[in-house]
Amino acid sequence: MKKGQGLRGYAILYLLFLYGPIIILPMFAFNDSKVVSFPLSGFTTQWFGEMWADQNLREALGRSLIIALCTATLSTTLGVFAARASVRYKFPGKTGIMGLIMLPLVLPDIIVAMALLVVLLSIGIPLSLMTIIMGHILLCTPFAVAILSSAFQSLDKSLEEAALDLGETPWSTFRLIILPLVMPGIMASFLICFTISIDEFVVANFLGSGKPVLSSYIFGQFRFPAKVPAMLALGTILVAFSILLLTIAEYFRRRGIAKAGGNDTGGFL
Amino acid sequence: MTSETKAGLKLVAPPALYAVLLLAAPLATVLIYSVLTGDKGKVGLPVTLDNYYDLFKMKGGQNLLSYIAAGMPSEDPTASLWARFRDGVSDAIYIVIMGRSLVISMLVTFATVALAYPIAYFVSFHVRPERKSLWLFLITIPFWTSYIIRVALWRTILGYNGIVDNFLTAIGLEPANILANGVAAITITLAHAFAPFAVLPIFVSLEKVDRSLLEAGQDLGESRWSTFLRVTLPLTMPGVIAAVLIVFIPTVGDYVTPKLIGGGQVPMIANLMETEMLTKRDQAMGSAIAVAAMSIVAVISIIFVVWNRRYIGGKK
Repeated sequence: MKKGQGLRGYAILYLLFLYGPIIILPMFAFNDSKVVSFPLSGFTTQWFGEMWADQNLREALGRSLIIALCTATLSTTLGVFAARASVRYKFPGKTGIMGLIMLPLVLPDIIVAMALLVVLLSIGIPLSLMTIIMGHILLCTPFAVAILSSAFQSLDKSLEEAALDLGETPWSTFRLIILPLVMPGIMASFLICFTISIDEFVVANFLGSGKPVLSSYIFGQFRFPAKVPAMLALGTILVAFSILLLTIAEYFRRRGIAKAGGNDTGGFL
Repeated sequence: MTSETKAGLKLVAPPALYAVLLLAAPLATVLIYSVLTGDKGKVGLPVTLDNYYDLFKMKGGQNLLSYIAAGMPSEDPTASLWARFRDGVSDAIYIVIMGRSLVISMLVTFATVALAYPIAYFVSFHVRPERKSLWLFLITIPFWTSYIIRVALWRTILGYNGIVDNFLTAIGLEPANILANGVAAITITLAHAFAPFAVLPIFVSLEKVDRSLLEAGQDLGESRWSTFLRVTLPLTMPGVIAAVLIVFIPTVGDYVTPKLIGGGQVPMIANLMETEMLTKRDQAMGSAIAVAAMSIVAVISIIFVVWNRRYIGGKK
C-alpha cells in the first residue's frame, strides 16, 4: 500500500494546516510579551488575569450566553419539527419548504443579516438581544435539522407502529417511544447550535443594539495591539470549551445512532 | 388530502413559518428595495433601476456604461480600445470590488476542493471503517472554533515576521510577508475556514462508490491511476460539485476575513454592503448590491452545474 502511505503523509500535513492556528493560539496566550510574534519570550498567565478583570468582557459573555441558550433551545425545537416532518411524512411542496429552511446554510451570513436588518428597521423594531436571537435561529436551524434528520432516519418505524397498535395516541407514542430514542440527537443539536451562536459574529454585529456580545467584543479589541494577548487568552478558553462541547455532542450523536441500531456514517452535516 | 399529508404539513408548519417570515419575506424586501429610491435611511418611490445603473459608477461621477456608450473617450488618443476599457473598469469601484470578491471566491473554492479531495479519499479508502468517524470529527473540529480568533491568528502566521516568514528565513530564503498581499492572505484564510465544507460532501460521494467497480477496472487492465480517473472521479463528481457550491456561495459574501486580514484595504462585497447600508444609510443601493451579487453567484453556480450535468444525471 505505497499509495496509502503517501496519502497518510498528506493527511497529517492537512491536519497540521487545519490545526495550525489552534496550536499556535495557546503559545501566545501564555507568552510573556505584548507582541504576538516568535520567538516566544517566556511563560505567563498575566493575560488570563487581565482578561478576567475586564468588566466589559464579562458583560459581553453574559449577553452571549443568554443568546446562545435561547438560540440552541429554539433552533433545536424547530429542528425537531422540520426533521421529523421531512423524514417521516410526504407533503406537497416538501422540497421547496425544506430548501427554504436549509437555505441559510449556503447563503452568506451578511445577506441574512442585512435582509433581516432592513425589515426590522422598516417596521420599527428596536435592535436588542432578541433580534440577534432571531437571526441566530435562522442560521442554526439548518444544522439542527441536519443532525436531527440522521437521528430520525435511524429510527425503526415498526416501533412506532407497535405503540400505536397497542393503543397509544400519536402524541404519547412520540413522547414515550420516539423522543427517548432521538434524545441523543437532540442533545447533539443543542450543543452544536450553542457553539455556533457563541462564535457567530456577522449577525450578532449587525442585529445588535451596540452593546457588544462576546464575538463582537473580541473583534473590536483586535484593533488595539495591546489588547491582543488578552483576547488570545480568551480565545484559548473558548476553543478549549468548544472542543469540549463538540466532544460531548459527538458522544451523544454516536450513542443515539448506536441506540437506534443504525450505522455510523460519520460526522455532522 | 390524506391524514398523513396533513400531519406532515402541520409538523413542518412552525419552522416553515419562521423561515417564511424571517428569511423569505426579508429577502423579498431586499429585492423590492433594490428598485426603489433610497434617501438617508429611508426608501420610497419612484420605482427605478438607477441603483443597478449606479453599480457602474466611476470615480469622478462618470458611469462606466455611459463611458462605454460614448465610445470610451480618452485624454490619450493613442490608447488602445482595450486599454481604455480597462482604465474605465478599474475606475468603476463597485465593479472592481465585485470582481475581486468573485476572483477570491473562485481561488478559495479551487484551493479548498483540490486540497480536500485527497483527504476525503484517504479517509474513505484507507482508514478502517470504525476509525472513519474519528477522522471526520478531527477534520470538523477546527471549523467549530471561534471564526474571529482563527482569522486573527492567520495574521500572526502570515504577517511580517510571522511564522511563515520565520520558517523561510530559517531555511535561508527571503521572508514572503504574505499578509501584505491582501488577496493571497484572504484566500489562504478562507480556504482554511471552509475546509470541512468541502471534505464532507466529497467523502459521502466516495463512500457510495461501489468498490467492485474499481476491482473490475483493474482486472480489465487499467492502472490504479487510470481507474481513478475513469471510474472513481466521475462517480464522485456529484460530491465535488456540491463541495464547490457550498464553498463558493458563502465565501463571496464573507465579511470578517477582508476586514481583519486585509485590514480593510481589500474590501469584498460584504464590506461594500455594510458601507452602503450603515455608513451611507442608502438601503436601496445596499439592496441592489446584495441582489446583484447574489444573482451573479447564482448564474455562475447554474452554469457550473449545467456544465457538469452529465455527472449528476448519469447515475440513477
